[in-house]
Amino acid sequence: MAPSLNKIPIGQVCRIKEVTASGILRRRLLDLGFVPGGSVFIVRRAPLGDPTAYLVRGALIALREEEAATIDCRVKEEEDAFC
Amino acid sequence: MLKSKEDLNQEIDWIVALAGNPNTGKSTVFNALTGLNQHTGNWPGKTVLKAEGTYAYGGYNYLLIDLPGTYSLFANSLEEQVARDYICFEQPDVSLIVTDATCLARHLNLVLQVLEITDKVVVCVNLLDEATRKGIQVNLEALSCELGVPVVGTTARDGVGLEELKETIALVAQRVICPQPRVISYDREIEGAIAELLPHLNVEAYPNLNKRWLALRLLEGDPSIFDYIKTPEAINEVLVKPVWAEG
Repeated sequence: MAPSLNKIPIGQVCRIKEVTASGILRRRLLDLGFVPGGSVFIVRRAPLGDPTAYLVRGALIALREEEAATIDCRVKEEEDAFC
Repeated sequence: MLKSKEDLNQEIDWIVALAGNPNTGKSTVFNALTGLNQHTGNWPGKTVLKAEGTYAYGGYNYLLIDLPGTYSLFANSLEEQVARDYICFEQPDVSLIVTDATCLARHLNLVLQVLEITDKVVVCVNLLDEATRKGIQVNLEALSCELGVPVVGTTARDGVGLEELKETIALVAQRVICPQPRVISYDREIEGAIAELLPHLNVEAYPNLNKRWLALRLLEGDPSIFDYIKTPEAINEVLVKPVWAEG
């Protein structure tokens, strides 16, 4: 099973496999650049563990844990260019 | 409601709406085009700030409307709804979409959404200098071919590309250039549903409204769109069919 984005450790890069959210949240995540096939770099987590900041398509975006949980990912071995 | 063309000063020949993601240099483009003529104001009844300003080019006066910066036009927030309603229902002569050359992919989402609403579009790829510094080269011609609309590269901060931008806006406003935006085709079920809806969509108040776009929003179940149309029985009948509800 593919790990969801909220489970990926800080400093890792992953590739989005699927956005499982529906309705407005799905639309919003897609608009913000969380598109299947895209790379995400996990930048940092807030002191209490939520939310987490993600670098996606050249912008830093923070998601709550329950939002990130709807994004299934593939972890990549090395970093490549994203924007 | 927002100002329509008739309410405005007679001296205005063309209305240009300025759309784009937040922090794209949209306001820099706005200021660069309008010089010192700009002033800000509230949309009546809305809390969202907008700016409007004028500039003259080639013997015509242009009114430039700076819409709120949005990632999308799906009306999930007040800003998005203001921007969408203006482009959709006020039907400006030209919609100018400002994008950021340093991360263009992120911005093409909004571009495609605007292209689904109107063909009177000019895309401005701004921040070309920063892109060059980052080693990014944008093939403006290829982009224009792919999108089917004129694309102009600018570095608005330094005034680079603004003449070409004004010229392109003028040509689209006067219909010398008639852009042919790429039509996005959806799954067979969705296309079928669109085809079924289209004959029922006659919005008297907005005869020029893009019916394909309207059909897509109805299928999506966007409640904000119902404020603008009286939904006849026929549309409801089509909409209750569950075929695409699972998509």
